[in-house]
Amino acid sequence: MATYTQTVSEVDADLRDLASSVVSRAMEAGATAAEAVVREGSEFSTAVRMGEVETLKESGSRAIGLRAFIGQRTASTYSSDFSEDGIQRLISGALDLARITSEDVYAGIPDADQLGSLPGDLKLYYDDVYSLPPEERIDYARRAERAALEADPRMKNSDGGTFDAAIGHKVLANSHGFVGEYRRSYCSVSAAPIAQDESGAMQRDYWFSLARTISKLESPESVGREAARRTLRRLGSRKIASTQVPIVLDPMVAGSLLDNIFDAVNGEAIYRQSSFLANKLGEKIAAGNITVVDDGTIPGGFGTEPFDGEGVPTRRTVVIENGVLKSYLLNTYTAKKLGLKTTGNASRGLAGTPGIGAGNFFLQKGDRTPQEIIGDIKQGLYIFQFLGFGVNMVTGDFSRGASGLWIENGELTFPVEEVTVAGNLKDMLNNISEIGNDLEFRGSLAAPTLRIDGMIIAGE
Amino acid sequence: MTQNQNLFFQKFGITPSDLQRYLGEALSAGGDYADLYFEYLTSTSISVDESIVKSASQGISAGCGVRVLAGERTGYAYTDDLAPEKILRAARTAALIARGPAKSPVEGFKENRAHHLYPVASPSADADIAAKLELVMRADRAARAYDPRIVQVRSGYFDELRQILVIGSDGTFASDVQPLARFSVSCIAKTPETSAKGAAGGGGRVGIDFFLTEKTPEYFAQDAARQAIIQLDAREAPAGEMEVVLGPGWPGILLHEAIGHGLEADFNRKGTSAFSGMVGRRVASDKCTVVDNGTLPSRRGSINVDDEGSPTQNTVLIENGILKGYLSDKLSARLMGVPDTGNGRRESYEHIPMPRMTNTYMLAGDDSPEDIIRSVKRGVYAVNFGGGQVDITNGKFVFSASEAYMIENGQVTAPLKNCTLIGNGPDALTKVSMVGSDLQLDEGVGTCGKDGQSVPVGVGIPTLKLDSMTVGGTAR
Repeated sequence: MATYTQTVSEVDADLRDLASSVVSRAMEAGATAAEAVVREGSEFSTAVRMGEVETLKESGSRAIGLRAFIGQRTASTYSSDFSEDGIQRLISGALDLARITSEDVYAGIPDADQLGSLPGDLKLYYDDVYSLPPEERIDYARRAERAALEADPRMKNSDGGTFDAAIGHKVLANSHGFVGEYRRSYCSVSAAPIAQDESGAMQRDYWFSLARTISKLESPESVGREAARRTLRRLGSRKIASTQVPIVLDPMVAGSLLDNIFDAVNGEAIYRQSSFLANKLGEKIAAGNITVVDDGTIPGGFGTEPFDGEGVPTRRTVVIENGVLKSYLLNTYTAKKLGLKTTGNASRGLAGTPGIGAGNFFLQKGDRTPQEIIGDIKQGLYIFQFLGFGVNMVTGDFSRGASGLWIENGELTFPVEEVTVAGNLKDMLNNISEIGNDLEFRGSLAAPTLRIDGMIIAGE
Repeated sequence: MTQNQNLFFQKFGITPSDLQRYLGEALSAGGDYADLYFEYLTSTSISVDESIVKSASQGISAGCGVRVLAGERTGYAYTDDLAPEKILRAARTAALIARGPAKSPVEGFKENRAHHLYPVASPSADADIAAKLELVMRADRAARAYDPRIVQVRSGYFDELRQILVIGSDGTFASDVQPLARFSVSCIAKTPETSAKGAAGGGGRVGIDFFLTEKTPEYFAQDAARQAIIQLDAREAPAGEMEVVLGPGWPGILLHEAIGHGLEADFNRKGTSAFSGMVGRRVASDKCTVVDNGTLPSRRGSINVDDEGSPTQNTVLIENGILKGYLSDKLSARLMGVPDTGNGRRESYEHIPMPRMTNTYMLAGDDSPEDIIRSVKRGVYAVNFGGGQVDITNGKFVFSASEAYMIENGQVTAPLKNCTLIGNGPDALTKVSMVGSDLQLDEGVGTCGKDGQSVPVGVGIPTLKLDSMTVGGTAR
């Protein structure tokens, strides 16, 4: 195959200047405060299926978003049109819209003394993610899939192997004179094999490695073998009778529980009273062994940024300490609403007001191995997949589909599927009785193996 | 020439000979087919929170995606700059998927006969913003007036206008102007003891008039408030297998998850779906006939042409319980030797099209909804749902009830807390024993996600009885 052209940031026509000039033009046009974000990125994805190239995709894009204030009124616009006409329309559109919105005493960009950017190299950008020639990219994807398919004769089909990468450049500027920018890169390799048993029943699973530089990516072979292991253990899955037994969440599934905790401490949900953790600051809301931290400053982290979506430096915030709720996660607006200080968790898309985003959000590890945790249990369910979205953040009610392995006398036995696991998050957090020592970041959010007691499993 | 051919030809200066040149470049290394997807999207959103309009936003995005198909291989590149050199470069990038002598696109384009499913008089315009603002304020007032226990209300209006032009090397030439509007309301109800939430919304390929006349802000607001108030008294849902009655409309998400995804042709071409190789086999009781119909006027899931330029269709998926066929796009149709059902859809110019649903629903049966409920000794009556999810390969699916009640001795009794229903796609519909005469489609809020791409869809069912399904509650 011929060389694949690189569409890496050719626009460098100074995005800083563009962001700053949009802010000052918005101010000249009548804004009392303004904030602009410019994003530019490139991505490629390479997918192989049954050894053959299936998809090659490669492109770059850029866009600009503007948030303008007229007094306590605000509105936002975004565009991918960088022409003079497009920029003019972006600015006049935001101001026209802002005139019709309501006065909100809490609206505004951060105070000047809150703005800033973490110093030093946060190890977020490595241009090597784009360094491999096309044939080697394909080879990465192919090796991951092949390792999965060759792991066992029951590996019969595949949704393929992939090798993807992306780089992004972001500039944020506001009318206090803040201008910050950073670049980030990532690359990933994955395999999604399908296994089939004698009955013809099929099971699929998936595994991946994600890194900011190719040098930290796990080998395609190890990713493929792990994908195969996760797939094979599902063969022969069956339903079980409804029961109440301890459950053990594997780290990926425990991570989705951490997602729920993040949603529950999100400042927007708190001030709207739409979280079961609203008004609980300082109270014990989880078992005494639970400590949850958000840290946007970890070098190389997938949730690391030098500043948040409003230009506030990121930081380390202890959210839950030994079971006590210590802090919500806040941006400027939600902090003002709650009479608190921003925690540097503003997340800014191109459009709309900033929301709340996590940095590196994790549950601190314990000291027992997953094997020890499973070994304690006479009868229980080890869960490696949750299905669906049955979580009510207002009440904490939790009911999700689950797949996993039955635990009998401390051993993992037959695979289980088509059951649900239900309870309430308030109880679940208090009933986490064991925490594994296997904390590992495979994204911006991570949790170790967890044991939870008291949940209801619905099946036959 | 339609309005949006004008847009791309006049605003961006694209000419028919440019299009031939781009396609020629895309096929410069061979390949079976190439297409260009031009998109210009404008959107507006305005929302009210705590009884004030905290923010409003507008956006514009435009771009072109170039795709080249060679056997089972797809090359894809896109640009958000419609300058000729940028489109040519995207075409050259996509072309590298093939490795052979250059091919030529067919000379001359033929425009497909398209439907006219959404005759909106004045789709989204800046002048409408005050009217949209009034709509969201009306919803806020109506929800708060419903009951003093409603303590928080959020309401939002979102609309977009998507203009597309699809050009294929087989002579395909299709354009469409696709309006889409959605209204949403969510409420929190609170008592000293407990809290609950309710949500409602709707819309379609409609203009603002729809919300002034057919489905008003008060209609959605009162429904959201009603659900929140009911949930204050909800008791624990039961756990285990039992009879389940699904109410008409949005509970049709059952079809979307249980069978719809499993019948998308890409999974079946690759043999990775639990439904692979099952055409002609029984997958539902003989009372079940299920279609995917992209041609319903003004519906959220409807489109005049799909994102490959093919006219949408009404496709029978299951007829009297027998699986009839799959939902296909151009690639699957060619590789499987089946007709293209006009289901090739994509989220935007940045995305590769693939088989997707439009409006998926079950045709009405003969049973009265009252008889269906009366026939149940102990079961669950689920009338509203949150999201759902399916594992395509093993067929297991879930969907989560946000409004459900116990049925005891043929009577609807207590409201239940949120619970997930779980089943197995290839046999869930074999347990349908009664099909109501009251087919309804949903209100128009559904968004389907697949491989990271979101597209608007619709669902619908009449009242249905399933003799057995697992209900994921906590009451033993």
